[in-house]
Amino acid sequence: MKVNDVILKTVVRMVVFIVLTFGMYLFFAGHNAPGGGFIGGLVLGSAIVLLYLTYDIETVHKGMPFDFKKVAALGVLLATGTAIGSLFFDAPFLTQTDGYFTIPILGEKHLSTVVLFEAGVALTVIGTLVTIILSISEDE
Amino acid sequence: MIVAFSIMLPFIAAALIPFIYRRFKNIHLGWFVLVVPAVLFTLLASYIPRIANGETFVKTYEWIPTFGINITTYLDGLSMIFSLLITGVGSLVILYSIFYLSTKESLHHFYCYLLLFMGAMLGVVLSDNLMVLYVFWELTSVSSFLLIAFWHHRKASRAGARKAMIITVSGGVAMLAGFLMLYVASGTFSIREIIANLEVVQASALFVPAMLLVLLGAFTKSAQFPFHIWLPDAMEAPTPVSAYLHSATMVKAGIYLVARTTPIFGGHEVWFWTVSGVGILTLFWGSFNAVKQFDLKALLAYSTISQLGLIMSLFGLGSAALHLGYASDTVIYTQATFAALFHLINHSTFKGALFMMVGIVDHEVGTRDIRRLGGLMALMPFTFTIAVIGSFSMAGLPPFNGFLSKEMFFAATVNIMQLNIFSLDNFGLIFPVVAWIASIFTFVYCAIIVMRTFFGKIQPDRLEKPPHEAPIGMLISPYILITFVVGIFIFPNVLGHYILQPAMASIYPMFPSSEELTPHIAAWHGYINTELWMTFGVIVFGILLYRTLKKWRPMYQIFPQKYTFNAIYERIIGSGESYSSRITNRYMNGHLSYYFIYIYVFFIAVLAGYALYADVLSWDPSKDSAIEPYELILVFVMVFAAGAILFAKQRITVVLLNGVLGYSVAFFFVLFRAPDLALTQLVVESITTALFLLAFKYLPKIQPEKVSNSIKITKAMISIAVGATVTLIGLAVMNYDKFEPISAYFEDAYNLAGGKNIVNTILGDFRAFDTMLEVVVLFIAGLGVYTLIKLKAKKGDTDVESK
Repeated sequence: MKVNDVILKTVVRMVVFIVLTFGMYLFFAGHNAPGGGFIGGLVLGSAIVLLYLTYDIETVHKGMPFDFKKVAALGVLLATGTAIGSLFFDAPFLTQTDGYFTIPILGEKHLSTVVLFEAGVALTVIGTLVTIILSISEDE
Repeated sequence: MIVAFSIMLPFIAAALIPFIYRRFKNIHLGWFVLVVPAVLFTLLASYIPRIANGETFVKTYEWIPTFGINITTYLDGLSMIFSLLITGVGSLVILYSIFYLSTKESLHHFYCYLLLFMGAMLGVVLSDNLMVLYVFWELTSVSSFLLIAFWHHRKASRAGARKAMIITVSGGVAMLAGFLMLYVASGTFSIREIIANLEVVQASALFVPAMLLVLLGAFTKSAQFPFHIWLPDAMEAPTPVSAYLHSATMVKAGIYLVARTTPIFGGHEVWFWTVSGVGILTLFWGSFNAVKQFDLKALLAYSTISQLGLIMSLFGLGSAALHLGYASDTVIYTQATFAALFHLINHSTFKGALFMMVGIVDHEVGTRDIRRLGGLMALMPFTFTIAVIGSFSMAGLPPFNGFLSKEMFFAATVNIMQLNIFSLDNFGLIFPVVAWIASIFTFVYCAIIVMRTFFGKIQPDRLEKPPHEAPIGMLISPYILITFVVGIFIFPNVLGHYILQPAMASIYPMFPSSEELTPHIAAWHGYINTELWMTFGVIVFGILLYRTLKKWRPMYQIFPQKYTFNAIYERIIGSGESYSSRITNRYMNGHLSYYFIYIYVFFIAVLAGYALYADVLSWDPSKDSAIEPYELILVFVMVFAAGAILFAKQRITVVLLNGVLGYSVAFFFVLFRAPDLALTQLVVESITTALFLLAFKYLPKIQPEKVSNSIKITKAMISIAVGATVTLIGLAVMNYDKFEPISAYFEDAYNLAGGKNIVNTILGDFRAFDTMLEVVVLFIAGLGVYTLIKLKAKKGDTDVESK
């Protein structure tokens, strides 16, 4: 059965970019305003799931040739890696640090190692979410 | 630093194995692995001169300092012996395994486990902290489990691995309890500090219980009677593993523990009798049972049990010197300990060689059954040489190292009779008599190994392959070992001075000079002493018994099969399995609603029960802010949605109504100015709803429940009680004033964690440990879903487990 879903496809094409931007915004807003790795990852993940729901798996896979299990694994590595990384700087496990740096063009910016940790969280969330939904929907 | 590096290197190498394995497919993986123990052996051996001068090397890395748990590496004479054995025998075994295991086996698993074991074992002998020692101790059990079950398609391998695991790990847990008691008594986990505060520990009421529990750990690990039953079954492992773990190193961990804790516990009567009594009993039982075995490896397993008993009993006898204290006439009793250390090294050399010899026979002929073997001497002359030298050394014959240590063992048992402590004047005679009888059996099984395999008539039709000599690579390692067997006999005092003397100093730290504790080892004392007479007796009676073996062999049938330790073990495991499955089947009936009932009833009982018991359910609405009308509307929506779920006829309605509930909660978060929570709730709610809808097509239609009214009412009561519990506790939390709220601490988030959003600083910094582990859990859950769905067996697939 061929479903006529032109409207859905057209809308999603627009909406996905809004959702992705919003997800990235949430991810970076995290430290000082509502947002963060978990919620950012969830929003980004749901944007990807939306794509999968609208278009078929092959089409999306052509555009994003990632194995989402590996994305999740990379996230876990990043999160645990930043935790272990602090040991090399003679600081206790999971110590986070931050500071103000002047970057050309962007000006003075607040940078923190939490971003790496949160990126790990976000990647794990995206990877796991998509993996679960894909494996359930592919199951016959 | 070097010592910590020695522990780390095998683990690092184990982690690198997958990459090396993929990169160099054509080269046998063993060549790369061989580098690790060889380097470590050289490194550690370079410490020998300084250790012989009485130096020790300590380095502490803080781990959990608040609990006194630190990674303290400690290299002294005793650890030196063991670490040299681990790395030395390890190198030889890996060299041997290169020729023993073909590249078709899953070598990357094998060497990964082997390196894990090596690192863990080095960790055991080089750690000063009891907790760290315990961790490594259990890791050796785990790696041994993996190695025994290396050929996991065989049922016997799996059963043997499980048996070894159950016995050694239960002993390990007992040992942990013993360590904790020691900690309670002394206030420290450091062995050196415990020895320094001996008076406090010995005065404690926990002294004897701690001792017995630690001994339980040592006895299970070292396969002492009656826990010896796991070792013969562990012989299902590939022969290099048997040679390495189950004769030279891991089973000696128990011996190490006894030696290491001798300064703490030795000198106590219970210690003396338990260690030497169990040891001498094991010596006898092992050698007695070895004679009846037909499988060469099983025979060697029982002989290992018996030799471990010998070493154990010597440590027990030697501990008497600690009771007597230092005096010029008590030094003679320390010689038992010296003999123990000496025999420990000798046993590793000759038993390692013998295991490799059996491996060669098995590899080249295809069987290890002595009933099918015979007449191999002419066909395998080099292997025959290994067997003769190894067996003669084990039987205690000159000119091999086993003779020297066996003589010293006899001397120690004779000397102990002169003591009049610990009621030794009444029972002391047991030791020389049992030792002598056990040695006769040892002689008999040594004769069986040599005579049955290499003499007699060859039976080519009963062998799997035409016999021929082994490739030279397989012969190198055993030949190096038998060189030691002969070399130690010729120059025993080099070993005595450089290796054994510093170890004596670690076991008798209270005795002023270790020089005095080191006797001059000599094969011939210039006259025929008691021990030499005993050896003569062993040879005469041994030959006699071997000649008449056929006549008295039926004697083994007298023991009823029902009451062997193996049968008891099987019965305990079997009945445990059937009882637990009967109990589990009673409540795990496959009905999801039952499982929810268990969870919720437990939830109510614990939470509501505790809240009532502690009397904290108080609610004071006077402090609350006023309820706005739009909040009431939201509450009404939620109540309506929740009520409607009960009467929904279709699943899709249920999911959507459930979504209404979730979104309403999110609205509440918005109203109460919690944007983080609101956002999370909204996204999570959307995704779960999508997931539900996705999973729908697999679910059947809702069927009306056909249950009696009383069950319906019970279920309703439970659900109402759950709701009431949550609500009441939520309300009570507002008024809880037993301790100060910790929220004030987090308000300083910007200075402490550099973030203005408290929620995120808690997630990413204050409680980042939780977040990190949650991420890991999420990942595992995702992988779980994936494997459950994708990797399930197709219909008609064979069950891999039950081959």
